[in-house]
Amino acid sequence: MALVAEPGRIAMMLIGAVLMYLGIKKQYEPTLLVPMGLGTILVNIPGSGVLATGGQPGPFQILFDAGIETELFPLLLFIGIGAMIDFGPLLSNPFLLLFGAAAQFGIFFVIIVASLLGFDINDAASAGIIAAADGPTSIFVANSLGSKYMGAIMVAAYSYMALVPIIQPIAVKAVTTKRERRIRMTYNPRAVSKTAKILFPVIICIIAGLIAPDSLPLVGFLMFGNLLRECGVLESLSLTAQNELVNLISILLGLCVSVKMEYHDFLQVDTLIIMALGLLGFVMDSVGGVLFAKFLNLFRKEKINPMIGAAGISAFPMSSRVIQKLATEEDPQNFILMQAAGANVAGQIASVVAGGLVLGLLL
Amino acid sequence: MPFDLANLEIAVQILGLGWGGIFIVMFIIYLVSLALGRIFPPSEDE
Repeated sequence: MALVAEPGRIAMMLIGAVLMYLGIKKQYEPTLLVPMGLGTILVNIPGSGVLATGGQPGPFQILFDAGIETELFPLLLFIGIGAMIDFGPLLSNPFLLLFGAAAQFGIFFVIIVASLLGFDINDAASAGIIAAADGPTSIFVANSLGSKYMGAIMVAAYSYMALVPIIQPIAVKAVTTKRERRIRMTYNPRAVSKTAKILFPVIICIIAGLIAPDSLPLVGFLMFGNLLRECGVLESLSLTAQNELVNLISILLGLCVSVKMEYHDFLQVDTLIIMALGLLGFVMDSVGGVLFAKFLNLFRKEKINPMIGAAGISAFPMSSRVIQKLATEEDPQNFILMQAAGANVAGQIASVVAGGLVLGLLL
Repeated sequence: MPFDLANLEIAVQILGLGWGGIFIVMFIIYLVSLALGRIFPPSEDE
């Protein structure tokens, strides 16, 4: 009866079912969408014990307080992500780092649009950070800024990341010509020493810490994971971080995120606007990256395929694969995957720096 | 939601300082990457 009296609960259960469908049937970020989908159903059952039981916090609430309120879960996830990243393509062609910076444009574009729509600056910034295309950074920033749209931000961040193969081709094709998409690039990677690979994460921590100290939790955990990978003597820890740690945190994160998916918080016009702004941010990231590459081409003899710019978002390795697919569609012999992967890895660094800078400017 | 000009001013500031800041950080990392390549070239067996 309580369900019929509150149709919002039924609507949220349907949303939960859709999330699970996307995860299971379409295989869009299943590690997060499946637990998040079931969690959404569980928290919207009237009097649900997962939120509170006998006047005490329930298991989801306890997990949320311990893992998200404290920001530990997104940070721990970063150790695993760092252990998965190979900075080799980037170090062998460091010029690609600039595309990581350019493709964060969507974040700042959305912050301005959200401000124009009347959102409080902290909520505007939290909406903007969806465009970092980086789930843990979105959660970290939105939570640090105390945004009331956490549920929408998390759903948007993860579902749009899964939709990169659909969103990016539309955005890239809108701002490039066929001729530009056919531009071939020669790949002459410079060999990178093991010492350079080990020192790189340590130096990044120091630089990011000196310029944007608020980014250090994000950058530090990411680079710690990478150091585990590259140091060569902690292989079992690196593998644990890449597999067990990431899987465990993904399960817990996906479940406890649903605390913010209760119908009275989620089914609001504002929430839908936040999700639309996130989508706009993803599009503008790609547009910003492509336009930056086109701008550089004005001064270069050897032209860059401007699609490389769009790969500067954090969604790794999906974005670089999408860009390679677009290149192959126009010219089956055009291979720009390595350049796109370099820009994509740069996007991972740039997104955490962006999160830290936004926090530094607002806190 | 009422539009607040002060919020927009902060948003534009974040665009300038935030996006500009990312370019500065990434440019420094670019220089560091070049320096690492020069100072620590790969050995023959690498």
